Amino acid sequence: MMLELRNIRYDVDDDAGHVDILKDVSFAIGEGRFVVITGPNGGGKSTIAKLIAGVTKPTGGSIFFDGQDITPLDITARARLGISYALQQPVRFKGIQVIDLLRIAAGRELTAAESCDYLSRVGLCARDYIFREVNASLSGGELKRIEIATILARGTKLSVFDEPEAGIDLWSFQSLIRVFEQMRASIEGGSILVISHQERILEIADEIIVVSGGGISMHGPKDEVLPKLIGTPSALTGCDRLQERS
Amino acid sequence: MDTIQKRILREVADLHTVPEGAYNIRANGESAGRRSTANIEITSKENASGIDIRIKPGTKHESVHIPVVLSESGLKETVYNDFYIGEDCDVVIVAGCGISNCGSQDSEHDGIHRFFIGRRAKVRYVEKHYGEGDGAGKRILNPGTEVYMQEDSAMEMEMVQIRGVDSTERMTTAELAAGARLIVKERLMTHGKQSAVSVYKVSLNGEGASADVVSRSVARDESYQKFDACVTGNAPCHGHTECDSIIMDRGRILAVPQLEANDTGAELIHEAAIGKIAGEQLVKLMTMGLTEAEAEEQIINGFLK
Ligand SMILES: Nc1ncnc2c1ncn2[C@@H]1O[C@H](COP(=O)(O)OP(=O)(O)OP(=O)(O)O)[C@@H](O)[C@H]1O
Ligand SMILES: [Mg+2]
Repeated sequence: MMLELRNIRYDVDDDAGHVDILKDVSFAIGEGRFVVITGPNGGGKSTIAKLIAGVTKPTGGSIFFDGQDITPLDITARARLGISYALQQPVRFKGIQVIDLLRIAAGRELTAAESCDYLSRVGLCARDYIFREVNASLSGGELKRIEIATILARGTKLSVFDEPEAGIDLWSFQSLIRVFEQMRASIEGGSILVISHQERILEIADEIIVVSGGGISMHGPKDEVLPKLIGTPSALTGCDRLQERS
Repeated sequence: MDTIQKRILREVADLHTVPEGAYNIRANGESAGRRSTANIEITSKENASGIDIRIKPGTKHESVHIPVVLSESGLKETVYNDFYIGEDCDVVIVAGCGISNCGSQDSEHDGIHRFFIGRRAKVRYVEKHYGEGDGAGKRILNPGTEVYMQEDSAMEMEMVQIRGVDSTERMTTAELAAGARLIVKERLMTHGKQSAVSVYKVSLNGEGASADVVSRSVARDESYQKFDACVTGNAPCHGHTECDSIIMDRGRILAVPQLEANDTGAELIHEAAIGKIAGEQLVKLMTMGLTEAEAEEQIINGFLK
């Protein structure tokens, strides 16, 4: 297995008392798979992505990548092993240009043609964007596309995207799906883990994982899971979750 | 000039050889080269140390370089340079001072620059400060800049101090007549036990005058910075100052924004923000394989670019 989460727990103590955010989450992803995590708001999806990238550390359980226990490794070490992570809310930087970010992502100097290719794949006109600062002047959708371009530039074995379609207009949706398909084709044995609420992204998945209330309520091939999701309240609602907490 | 002086010249003025156009190079208190051109005349002052730079009205697309290099420990100097820029000029002035002090005595250069800018003239002024050397002697730069702008003139000042200057007290004053436009971009980084004070006093005296003073700075280690900007509107005018700082380690920053309006038509805005590097920025760059220290460098380099 390329990625394996074993009995992952994550809980915090905040003003409201003790909160179990993830309780005993286990799943594995093989090589060359396209897996989509879905489920209601607040279910714990982003938390899982952060735990995989090393942004947060689990309170219990372990994470394996290519057979190696990466639980004690920091963000940098995991990135260098081959894990990429596109945030749900991309970060802005004063003064850093799009091309700088692409170079950092690629870990080397990029030719203008290479950087342009990454940008055009996410539907941005390279000439207009390459020297733009990644600052507050960019719109949410533009920022999101640049974030995806940096993941393309990294080209690692595992890419985790947290709601990549958020803020992307309908017109560009099809090209986003093409991006995922191209990624699969170009990175041999590479796997993509996407957090999404979009049916059209669920449709191209090999497997679907449904996360709700801090646990996994379903995990299986798309053909099995998707029919159960469509048209049915597939998971706990926010109110159920609140009741659970109290 | 020796190799140290040549290297410093590259740091402060991007000069690899003798510059094009007019120039005056000052090294260890003495003139190390000067050239006037048909339109730009450089002469020594008679009763003080320094030079007068006179640019004929209508001079366009010409430049003046006046770098200063100090490579001797213990040298202290105050230099007065006056620029007379004629009407309708469009020129670039590159100043800058580099100190290499490997000795035990303090080295200090206090450059007092005055600009008299004629009507409709456009000036771009670039000033870089740089210090190096590992001696106990301090590297001190106290620049004073006075700008007098006539009607409809424009001045863009870019002032950069990124490394190696132990102590700086910068005082910049500007007086703008109607329609004059001033843009200041300051970039500052202090480290070690350095201290940098930057004071701006900008008076907008005529209708339609405008000023935009923007400072970006990073205070690392145990360094100290003070940014004190006062914009006074004495007529219908636009004034904006902005101080945006990153604080690190045990650095300290004091931002003192001041606005003074003496006319109901004066529109003045000040923005100031001080904060450490956002955790999410570090995280983002680390997920791309950088270490925390490398991520910090990238963020700072971008911020000060
Ligand atoms: N540090 C924290 N302290 C307290 N609560 C937290 C913390 N981190 C996450 N949570 C809570 O954990 C729950 C899961 O959050 P998470 O961001 O993983 O949800 P999500 O499934 O990604 O939701 P969405 O679909 O809205 O993006 C939420 O109720 C959130 O408020
Ligand atoms: Mg989320």
